Amino acid sequence: MATVTNPSTVSAGSLTAKALREATFTAVMTFFMFVLFIGLKTDQNMRNELILVPRWGLLATFVAIAFFGRFAMVAWLQPWRAASKAAKDAAPADTSDAGFVKRNFSKLAILALVLYPPIILWLFGAQGSLKYIDNFGIQILIYVMLAWGLNIVVGLAGLLDLGYVAFYAVGAYSYALLSINFGFSFWILLPLAGILSAFWGIILGFPVLRLKGDYLAIVTLAFGEIIRLVLINWQDVTQGTFGISGIPKITLFGIPFDASPHGFAKIFHLPMSSAYYKVFLFYLILLLCLLTAFVTIRLRRLPIGRAWEALREDEIACRSLGINTVTTKLTAFAIGAMFGGFAGSFFAARQGFVSPESFVFLESAVILSIVVLGGMGSLTGIAIAAIAMVGGTELLREMDFLKAVFGPDFTPELYRMLIFGLAMIIMMLVRPRGFVGSREPTAFLFERKSVSGSFTKEGHG
Amino acid sequence: MEYFIQQLINGLTLGSIYGLIAIGYTMVYGIIGMINFAHGDIFMLGGFAGLIVYLLIMTVFGGAPIAVALLCMLIVAMVTTSLWNWSIERVAYRPLRGSFRLAPLITAIGVSIALSNFIQVTQGPRNKPIPQMVNSVYTIQGISISLKQIVIVVITVALLAAFWYIVEKTPLGRAQRATEQDRKMAALLGIDVDRTISITFVMGAALAAVAGTMFLMYYGVIVFTDGFVPGVKAFTAAVLGGIGSLPGAVIGGLLIGLIESLWSAYFTIAYKDVATFAILAFVLIFKPSGLLGRPEVEKV
Repeated sequence: MATVTNPSTVSAGSLTAKALREATFTAVMTFFMFVLFIGLKTDQNMRNELILVPRWGLLATFVAIAFFGRFAMVAWLQPWRAASKAAKDAAPADTSDAGFVKRNFSKLAILALVLYPPIILWLFGAQGSLKYIDNFGIQILIYVMLAWGLNIVVGLAGLLDLGYVAFYAVGAYSYALLSINFGFSFWILLPLAGILSAFWGIILGFPVLRLKGDYLAIVTLAFGEIIRLVLINWQDVTQGTFGISGIPKITLFGIPFDASPHGFAKIFHLPMSSAYYKVFLFYLILLLCLLTAFVTIRLRRLPIGRAWEALREDEIACRSLGINTVTTKLTAFAIGAMFGGFAGSFFAARQGFVSPESFVFLESAVILSIVVLGGMGSLTGIAIAAIAMVGGTELLREMDFLKAVFGPDFTPELYRMLIFGLAMIIMMLVRPRGFVGSREPTAFLFERKSVSGSFTKEGHG
Repeated sequence: MEYFIQQLINGLTLGSIYGLIAIGYTMVYGIIGMINFAHGDIFMLGGFAGLIVYLLIMTVFGGAPIAVALLCMLIVAMVTTSLWNWSIERVAYRPLRGSFRLAPLITAIGVSIALSNFIQVTQGPRNKPIPQMVNSVYTIQGISISLKQIVIVVITVALLAAFWYIVEKTPLGRAQRATEQDRKMAALLGIDVDRTISITFVMGAALAAVAGTMFLMYYGVIVFTDGFVPGVKAFTAAVLGGIGSLPGAVIGGLLIGLIESLWSAYFTIAYKDVATFAILAFVLIFKPSGLLGRPEVEKV
């Protein structure tokens, strides 16, 4: 069905016939796939019984879209892509030097992020900026940090971890419980939460050392679920599904962000606004992200970082060369978990509320997909992927104009995760190697040569 | 003793459902070495198809004999989910075959998210309860067996026999086993590998649809998130039995069902899922090849 046709050998008439044939097939398939789920809707009537509401118009729309979509793809898109690919292969390879922006991309990006809150404040005012700094800024940066933390485990050491959210949960609950019960401040608990998470990383890492690949993925998934179920069921401590609320806010070295006489606004003689706290949180998470990136970059140049990458490329060769794979794997787990813990305690402080709902498997899947879409091991790629995936879905909340198109009942938020899932599939199909597929080797002979994506390995487990 | 036997029966029923889902996991893993993360959601999709067919029969045709209704539900659910899984394999997994190992895993997770949210969007986020379809209960010496438990076990056994026959005795099954052993060699010997893999997905989906319909019948309720936990448990069953092995998947499913119902009966119901996941971890750590699986040999 999806064979690549050479446009020069296929005449236009037979191409149209082929497109028509495939489009009809797709339409028929679509009809039978969707007839039950879109053609009919189960709804509850007044007596709480389930009834069926037909939606044949919607079904017809879907079938029509499938028909014309497939037709356009076979008749126009595929020949066009084949032609452009042929043209690209014929053209000489582009060997020009990277431009100024490309060379200094990370520095420019950091500068932009530092300038982001003042510009937003200036553009939208104190109240209007909250949404942009909180939903877009802080939310995305939390995911960037989590993805960079997971990148140490998956991208550098090549250990597939599907339960990363467990360490995020450990960090969040450590901060929530210790700050409420013992009154410690954020600045003491941040490192403590990191250490506790790292400790859990080692505990979970130890039994799974022998496992590889998919098996490792499944066991880490099981561990992640176990931690979540314990959080739900250990009600004396965690208050189960109700979660813990009233978690203390972060203070700026003892200065709280509230309306009291000792508050931030009073001391600096500023008008009271909640925007200061958000801006402060933004810079804090930015600092934590930069710390993660810095540690990752430095660690890659240390023997342990090289051991991780060696482990990813070939475990047997690694062991033959005398690298202790046990400590190598455990440090990867521990350090990855530690950053998860940092992010978790920040998350708890920012929300003021934690519940097991925030630490479901879906979160692990989202973080892992960001790492893989970013290109596994590339910090820049992962940051771009986080912006695309998290920012993109956040953007969907804002699309009120869609109501005008699809009617007032349309709530874009409902479609958020559906579109997220579809985006994951499509991005993976378009760029299976991630946004930044090539790698710069850390150890090299004479000259640092970038390794293309098709030659890099993703680890065996 | 009676209480124990009662739990045993409940466990076997639950285990049959897990076993049916587990076969889909084990067949797909065996043939292309990929954890089909979306399989649990295919199971949920099957349950919803069954639900909608049931409502159709009740409202449009004004009811039908229970056996006819059940048969219609099973057949339509099997066909619909087969089409879905066939298309999913075509669109999301096949283009990435031969790409790096994590790529299909990520698309499978994407498919899983998309499927459950598709059902949430199109069918609504609420629980979907149906009235009891089969409600006779037989009591033998203080042990009660409901008719629906018998139906579930009988259908499971019948399907297993049919699938065992297909895999062991037909040319199609031979092609599947050959593809599983060595895909390239199988292709050289004239087996249409792509088609064989597609059929494997279709078979897995059909069994998952049966499991979904019976899940709906057994519990009388289904919701769009119902794919995840049974999916992970069925995967546990597949791993426990030895991934790639068909009888292993069934034995694993029965064991998981038994452990779950006995744990809920004698310990605390709150930690029954923890028990399942802990078993998964222990099996993988101490005997990764499972009960009936072949140990994986590492070639250098």
